[in-house]
Amino acid sequence: MSILAPGRRTRPDHAPAAPAPVRRQPWSLSRAAVNGALVLATAYTLLPLGWLLSAAAKNTGDLLGGRGLSPERWHLGDNLHALATTGDGIYFRWYLNSLLYAGIGAVLCAFVCVCAGYAFHVYAFRGKEQLFGLVLLGVLVPTTALALPMYLLASQLHIVNTFWAVFIPSLVNPFGVYLARVFCAGYIPSEVLEAARVDGAGELRIFWSIGLRMVMPGFVTVFLFQFTAIWNNFFLPLVMLSDNRLFPVSLGLYAWNTQTTAFPEYYPLVVTGSLLAVVPLVVAFVALQRHWKAGLTAGSVK
Amino acid sequence: MTRPPAPRTEAGPEPRTGAGTPAPGPAGPAAPSRTARPGPARPRPTRAAGRRGAPALLLAPFMVLFTACTLIPIGYAVHLSLYTERRSGLGFGGTVSVFTGLGNYTRALGDPAFREGFLSVAGYCLLYIPLMLGLSLLLALLLDSALARARRFFQLALFLPHAVPGIIAALIWMYLYTPGISPVVGALDTLGAQPDLLGNPLPAVVNIALWEWAGYNMVIFYAALQAIPREILEAARVDGAGPLRTAFSVKIPLIRASLTMVGLFTVIGSLQLFTEPMILHGAAPTVTSTWTPNMYAYSAAFDRNDYGLAAAASVLLALTAAALSYAITRGGRAGSSRRAKAGA
Repeated sequence: MSILAPGRRTRPDHAPAAPAPVRRQPWSLSRAAVNGALVLATAYTLLPLGWLLSAAAKNTGDLLGGRGLSPERWHLGDNLHALATTGDGIYFRWYLNSLLYAGIGAVLCAFVCVCAGYAFHVYAFRGKEQLFGLVLLGVLVPTTALALPMYLLASQLHIVNTFWAVFIPSLVNPFGVYLARVFCAGYIPSEVLEAARVDGAGELRIFWSIGLRMVMPGFVTVFLFQFTAIWNNFFLPLVMLSDNRLFPVSLGLYAWNTQTTAFPEYYPLVVTGSLLAVVPLVVAFVALQRHWKAGLTAGSVK
Repeated sequence: MTRPPAPRTEAGPEPRTGAGTPAPGPAGPAAPSRTARPGPARPRPTRAAGRRGAPALLLAPFMVLFTACTLIPIGYAVHLSLYTERRSGLGFGGTVSVFTGLGNYTRALGDPAFREGFLSVAGYCLLYIPLMLGLSLLLALLLDSALARARRFFQLALFLPHAVPGIIAALIWMYLYTPGISPVVGALDTLGAQPDLLGNPLPAVVNIALWEWAGYNMVIFYAALQAIPREILEAARVDGAGPLRTAFSVKIPLIRASLTMVGLFTVIGSLQLFTEPMILHGAAPTVTSTWTPNMYAYSAAFDRNDYGLAAAASVLLALTAAALSYAITRGGRAGSSRRAKAGA
């Protein structure tokens, strides 16, 4: 499959000998082509979001009529008001639930992952690589294939349809442990830990005051990824929850969407609710660019 | 820290000799430096014990959660898949669990709906994976080329759909497919085309997934491309390779590890396909409630209360994912070792 032609060498030591055939390229044309293609791709990714933004400002009639926007047809305020009042403001309860599930869940998950990643990086113990291999296998297990047995287990434990049924599984992310280990290897020089040991600090104290602080960028990265994963999770809450006061935003919007055929007035609610549900993640990704890029890169090194 | 400053000065330069390698290998930094310390003033048994206890303590929270939320559910799913619920008597006396061995598996595999689910996912993979890899690789190469402008903006703009929850992405596109609501369908109508975007579930779902993930994977490829040493590219240019030739003969082979990883996660993700077709199911009659194996398992469990069948379907899904992951990682590794040999 390799495309490298056999025997062909691309070593720098050939450089002085070769007369460097400078090709004249139609520079302006290809520059326009490259950037034009990127602009087209960007239009593909951004236009649906633009549509969401404009649709959130339409009422049911304009939305279903596909009519455009003009200042006198601006209904964003009405939609937000409807969102706040429908079902006694259940939407903002969902929103708060999502913030709790994703916020607290991601902080705890990142902490648990960093603890484990740090242990895997710093210590030598028997069966370490086998245990790490087991964690990596966990990355490959389809999470949705786990959701159903988890539901049945939870129903045996009588925690189905509770906060915990959605919260506890969201604390586990084997890939986070992998990321944390990679970050620990990159950010914690062993000399520092050794110096702390010589100073007489206990192992847990070293982890808490030195290791954890040094690997903070890794902590934020795992947090960001887990926050997104929990905020976006749909299957697990769908399986676990039936009480709509416990729903996260994703499940709530799904429930409303299933009603739109019977009640078209739910259309603007779903659209405006979707827009609001996208906002925190877009803000987080724009603000924390450095971190998600670092996380993606760390993941691709392997 | 409670210790007097004396040991600090005594052992000041020492750790550097002990843990000489800046990047500690899998063995960890602890052992060598401890033995290398020249005559420790006092034996510190408490610390040695701490070093054994600390890793266990740090690993415990994750391992407990991992066991509870991954290992036990897997075992439980396998267990459930071997049993079936039988109504006792006339159906009034509740149900009893009966061991059926592989009965649920033969039932699932014998069900045309389940097999069709696998076929839909196979079709989805055949269409989606080449498109996804091709598009994200192309975008990464374009961004990596010297001609691209405003790279940070393009990166962020292309990545942004990934910040949109899958269910909302599916909702947005469902509206964009729906005649009457969609400006896209409206525009195509005025051009004379009468598209039935909701009538073809495969391209409809592929497009949603492509929109969500192309930018994400592009960022991974772009980061890998940026890590290629510049002198290699320079050498290729000096040897007379144009941009296309450099991309195909130098850049793409060098980021093979990233391609393998993205391919792996794409396959695992594809097998789990659920959210997008579940949303389209409400709007498009062609997307049945058992359109993917995952939807089949869901409907077996919650529409029919047939937990044994649902568990068997989940186990089959996980086994397929494991087999494909194995094949992909082996394929990727074989490719890279072959290349290493060719380059040596």
